[in-house]
Amino acid sequence: MDFNADHFSLFDFQPTFRLDQALLDRRYLEMQSKVHPDRFASAGEAEKRLSLQWATRVNEAYQTLRKPLARARYLLHLAEYDLGSENNALMPADFLVEQMEWREAVAEARAAGEHHELERLHHRLQREMRERHEEIAVLLDDRHDLEQAADRVRRLMFLEKLLADIDDAIAACEE
Amino acid sequence: MAYSIKVLDHYENPRNVGSFGKEEEGVATGMVGAPACGDVMKLQIKVGKGGVIEDAKFKTYGCGSAIASSSLVTEWVKGKTIDQALDIKNTQIADELALPPVKIHCSILAEDAIKAAVADYKKKHSEQVSV
Repeated sequence: MDFNADHFSLFDFQPTFRLDQALLDRRYLEMQSKVHPDRFASAGEAEKRLSLQWATRVNEAYQTLRKPLARARYLLHLAEYDLGSENNALMPADFLVEQMEWREAVAEARAAGEHHELERLHHRLQREMRERHEEIAVLLDDRHDLEQAADRVRRLMFLEKLLADIDDAIAACEE
Repeated sequence: MAYSIKVLDHYENPRNVGSFGKEEEGVATGMVGAPACGDVMKLQIKVGKGGVIEDAKFKTYGCGSAIASSSLVTEWVKGKTIDQALDIKNTQIADELALPPVKIHCSILAEDAIKAAVADYKKKHSEQVSV
């Protein structure tokens, strides 16, 4: 194992957005069992420290690869493509208008305690996020269009925030 | 995180929340959004004679600092000409609200929103002139 390998090579994967989740889970568990600090309880200090570093490294890689947005961002990072996520003026106006409408709908449903409406918004949003994931797969793996892929990734960053807001509102309703 | 008193004041009593009618005379809109934090901000200005901003409104979905930053700039731009409004810098907003370093991006968002609103006004205005 190479400590400085990228996250994909660490798990013996090609650097693609489409990824066999079950295989990733299996390889992660195999590696975790090899490097887990519990296995080094009776080992020397240096070995213990090394096992902890490895366990951390494997965890970080797994957490990045298992989540679609983090995986896409990582692929852009590997390609040295600047996502421009700090730039406020990159989003198309119609997308921002749509985001406003989503947030208004969530705020209204939350204020009215409309649990079903929030559930409906949650499912609608998840469907939209899956569509973005499919687009990103085509753009990154098939077309290698980093510019368009970055646009979808930036959109997805808003959608993730929105999903967290909806889930927060659902939790507030259930209290 | 502890918010400053000024942020709390604007957050709890935001000034100028809302929207103007799209067709109202002299109204221009700036929409901005930061992918990094997922905040969305809409800032509208109502421009009168001599390019003076008579009124401003905002709607922000984001954290307390983003709401306070946009609330503050709607107060600041009133009475200024559109070109003077462009001189508002995020550092002034951050200083006024005593924003911590991790929240500086909220003040940048507000500055970008003013710029976008003024750009929208100039675009509409030049179209009217050329017709």
